[in-house]
Amino acid sequence: MEFFFQILINGLSIGFLYALTALGFVMIFKSSSVLNFAHGGLMAIGAFLFLVLSVWARLPIWLAFILTLAGSFSLGFIIERFFLRPLIGEALIEVIMLTLGLFIMFRGLLLFIFGGDIYSYPDFLPPALTFHWGPIEVAGVYVATFIIGLIFLGLFGFFFKYSSQGIYMRSVADNQPAAMALGVHVRRVFALSWAIAALVCAMSGIVLGIINGINVHEVSDLGIKVFPVVILGGLDSIGGAILGGIIIGLLETFTGGYISSGLREVVPYIVLIIILLIKPYGLFGLVEIERV
Amino acid sequence: MEDNILLKINNISVVYSDVIQILKAVSLDIPEGQIVSLLGSNGAGKTTTLKAVSGILKPENGKVTEGTINYEGHNIQNSSPERVTRLGIIQVMEGRQPFKYLTVEENLRVGTATRWGKPYKKDLEMVYHYFAPLVYRKHSLAGYCSGGELQMLVMGRALMAQPRLLLLDEPSLGLAPMLVKEIFEIVKRINKEQRTTLMLVEQNANMALQIANFGYVMENGKIVLEGDAKDLRENPDVKEFYLGVAATGAIKTYKDVKSYKRRKRWL
Repeated sequence: MEFFFQILINGLSIGFLYALTALGFVMIFKSSSVLNFAHGGLMAIGAFLFLVLSVWARLPIWLAFILTLAGSFSLGFIIERFFLRPLIGEALIEVIMLTLGLFIMFRGLLLFIFGGDIYSYPDFLPPALTFHWGPIEVAGVYVATFIIGLIFLGLFGFFFKYSSQGIYMRSVADNQPAAMALGVHVRRVFALSWAIAALVCAMSGIVLGIINGINVHEVSDLGIKVFPVVILGGLDSIGGAILGGIIIGLLETFTGGYISSGLREVVPYIVLIIILLIKPYGLFGLVEIERV
Repeated sequence: MEDNILLKINNISVVYSDVIQILKAVSLDIPEGQIVSLLGSNGAGKTTTLKAVSGILKPENGKVTEGTINYEGHNIQNSSPERVTRLGIIQVMEGRQPFKYLTVEENLRVGTATRWGKPYKKDLEMVYHYFAPLVYRKHSLAGYCSGGELQMLVMGRALMAQPRLLLLDEPSLGLAPMLVKEIFEIVKRINKEQRTTLMLVEQNANMALQIANFGYVMENGKIVLEGDAKDLRENPDVKEFYLGVAATGAIKTYKDVKSYKRRKRWL
């Protein structure tokens, strides 16, 4: 039973992480219909930026973390401004190809600078963070992820539900011409969704780096895992992305814990195929509202 | 017409995709504080005229190729919707375009996009004051509202932006006659009480000419007739083509039946 709870908490925290990553992906897709293949690249950039700031520049961890998030946020703005905005009005496939190109470019750049080695962060999490409850023991990194995941999901939920800017963003995703007629700054909304996506990517890049070590190939490939998550949840549903992330996270850790750790990486994709066969719009894809 | 022209459309031509000409040398004036209605059959270019003003043409690959649109000293032809809306011109698009997955109140809040960060509580109250049925629906998704509620919603949403010039595109489309009457009464009240200038595109010429001060009739991308709403209501051609009233009421002669010939001279 202890084992079960331990795995449950590990799974939930990984799930929150996937949920956050997927949230960034869905934001971009909903507002501009762009499938962002550069997601993994953004994760890797976040992970390495944190490495540079915390290990090489020897900044305090909290400062390095905040600077990484701020840097990624700005990077999202820059990507939108210089790469995507000139393509507004072009065919969607060109934009999607562009994101693939960005991914290859980011990865190449990181490989050029850091090579294919595995790096690791110093062990900065305080040992007090390790969670003991009777015989249950959860590693500090999972506890930290759990807390950070909850906080950010809460923040984003609040932002999209109550803040004006969040409501404008949802209005663009909902009906772009109508939003435009009301004076919503559509390009600003695009830029903001890219910035938010880059920020959450960086965060998951860092955490996955803490868990698995930082390697250009590994971290950027993890970005592909966003596809099973969003397809499970429904590409156009923010709530679905969050639930999908949690489900995939739990599936992975439970498979790893009870069946085989080798199967762990494969399970999300098996689920992806099954979902595509049975419910191609995802479990929580938006039900088209039609009045009767 | 008298002084104080808020919007002056001067001889504009609009072309879509560089080849399809929709408007040919259209000129019209919107005096401040009045209701001007734009009538015409389908495809006459009414909606395009509104879009040329509000800047929605651009994303649809349309362009004002000639002429100017002057709003309070600003030339706004081919401006972006962001700029035009911030100058105080809001278009309510045809066919009620709600944000389906947002609640009614969230829909209304999108109307504050032109003045992000400013307080909006008073405007919400104002909108609920004009469109009372919305109060009861404020927390339900707009996608589940009825057609009448949606028309109120999109008009209320536009009011949230505190427009000086409101462009209404066919507010009566697909609504029950009683509701049309109610909507038009509210439009009239908004014009009076908020001092909002209105440009009204309508198929329902009868209703539109009852509340408007001035009217224009469009055919084939051109203005073919203009005048005080009162005079237009009495105009025999308008009566026959748009109000559905025969000119005399008596049995027509063969000459009268050949209305297409009379209509032809407009085109």
